[in-house]
Amino acid sequence: MSVGAPESFEKLQTVQPLLEVRNIKKYFPITGGVLRRTIGHVKAVDDVSFTLNEGETLGLVGESGCGKSTLGRVIMRIYEPTEGTLTINGQEISHLKGEALRKLRHQFQMVFQDPYSSLNPRMSVGSLIAEPLLVNRRGSRAQIQEQVESLLAIVGLSPEARVRYPHEFSGGQRQRIAIARALALRPKLIVADEAVSALDVSIQAQILNLLADLRKEFGLSYVFISHNLAVVKHVSDRVAVMYLGRLVELAPKSKLYTQPLHPYTQALLSAAPEPKRHVARERIVLMGDVPSPAKPPSGCAFHTRCPQVMDVCRSLRPELKEHTPGQYVACHIYS
Amino acid sequence: MAVQALHNKAKTGETKRKRVQSPWRLSLQRFMRNRLAVAGFFTLLVIIFVTVAAPLFTPYNPTAINIMNTNLPPSAAHPLGTDGSGYDNLARLLYGGRVDLTVAVAAALMTMLIGVIYGGISGFFGGWIDNLMMRFVDVMLNFPFIPFILALEAIFNTSGELILITVVSLTAWPGPARFMRGIFLQLREQDYVLGAVTIGASKWRIIFRHMLPNTISSLAVLVSMSVAGYVGLDAGLTFLGLGLPLTVPSWGGMLSQASNYIDMRTEPYSWIPPALMIILTILSVNFIGDGLRDAFDPQART
Repeated sequence: MSVGAPESFEKLQTVQPLLEVRNIKKYFPITGGVLRRTIGHVKAVDDVSFTLNEGETLGLVGESGCGKSTLGRVIMRIYEPTEGTLTINGQEISHLKGEALRKLRHQFQMVFQDPYSSLNPRMSVGSLIAEPLLVNRRGSRAQIQEQVESLLAIVGLSPEARVRYPHEFSGGQRQRIAIARALALRPKLIVADEAVSALDVSIQAQILNLLADLRKEFGLSYVFISHNLAVVKHVSDRVAVMYLGRLVELAPKSKLYTQPLHPYTQALLSAAPEPKRHVARERIVLMGDVPSPAKPPSGCAFHTRCPQVMDVCRSLRPELKEHTPGQYVACHIYS
Repeated sequence: MAVQALHNKAKTGETKRKRVQSPWRLSLQRFMRNRLAVAGFFTLLVIIFVTVAAPLFTPYNPTAINIMNTNLPPSAAHPLGTDGSGYDNLARLLYGGRVDLTVAVAAALMTMLIGVIYGGISGFFGGWIDNLMMRFVDVMLNFPFIPFILALEAIFNTSGELILITVVSLTAWPGPARFMRGIFLQLREQDYVLGAVTIGASKWRIIFRHMLPNTISSLAVLVSMSVAGYVGLDAGLTFLGLGLPLTVPSWGGMLSQASNYIDMRTEPYSWIPPALMIILTILSVNFIGDGLRDAFDPQART
């Protein structure tokens, strides 16, 4: 892709990522007054960059309100990014509109958090799963029916489910329907936004295993958004940690969970319950609340709560840099 | 292993039940369980039946003046007596219902149509379009509509059912429009609408397949409440002499004609029946509306 010969095998592999997020920003205007003038911005996503390779699963973790769902919706192009570029499978889609965007949507699909609200209650399961195929003109009526049946089988539902309605199913089954719908167009990328958070723990395992099976079978890549560290650890290859709209750390799973670099990641991991008993562990308790994304702190967004805060943190925003191979961190401690 | 077993269990079990329960069937079941709504429904059916089949119940023509028989008290020939122009009160009452109901239903459907289109566009597109459209609604909401009716009637130089429907539709749509805008704004953020966007569905598909069917419960309430309101409005306008001319039989017209001190006291049979009909109609339509709202509520699960 770039000028000159690839220097190493590793470089070669990362030449063409499936998804490239570069300096993405999503600001929501705050309006006020009679004239509805813009008086400020909520910086939901503030300069985020990462890549996702084919077949890879990237976990995206962070507290509520850190902008991970907004980032997911920007990737799905439900929102248009305020700035930055978004490339999927070599095509830039950051600012595409209308027909041009619709034609590309089949490559990336989404599974929503709440299967009770993500399925239109007035459509039968059959027409829900057939809809993406119909909209994208994937074959005749009979062919689509055939595909719907095979999709139902793939996600582990009986063919009779076709004529039923979403309200007749349990949460886990509905999430299977939602997954079948997302899978119908044979996408390359699936953004799963808290896809198991609304489900019972026992059902969560089923859905996670289904997602893992599908990944192998169809060569899918996932952006897996969750606040649950254990779930993310289970499904991800790499994990990105978000705080107040920014990526603070991005590392392979093994590294992130064993030697987290960023103070925020360390605090987050120390707060997660430890399944093994008698393992003494020092808990890092963060003081104060998450600042408002409408008025993020100067410099490093985390400096107001960071236990290791330095002078430079208050004025200079740290960049996400590679600290050890594959492990990126945005913190002044490491520069 | 354990997980695999769970997996299989989910594959085989649970989805077995006998009848498919479509949202429509469920709504019907819920409606039928609401006694007040069902009572309202049958009352309205009876009212519609007696007005439509009016010739079966009275031999008189509601627009035929009989000067020989003015102000007769109730008798076998005229069960509700006759009024000052010699009209048979029963005939006026029955035929009058046709006019009142037609005007109310037609006006309600018209305002709903305008409201859905206007409010739908405003709520779906949002932004400056929404802003502009809603400011116009604000203006219309504050429009003094009685002078407007007078002006329209003067311009068209006529009065009657058609002009009344037009006038009511032209003046009453902003309320429903604002209401529907709210509904569309809400629906626009629903996950299943966002989901329809992500599968590449067109705007029109999203509007007609995903949004409109989910406004049914609101529409049902809107239409029934409007019908109830417009029955009252028609009667009120006619009573004031702004609605239907007195040659057209209507409930409001009957009230208007009986609205002098003497008739009110001495001829209760001339104004109590139309007043009762107005109240009954409004009540039953309101009950139906309440029933429909509950029946269509997708959040209700049984």
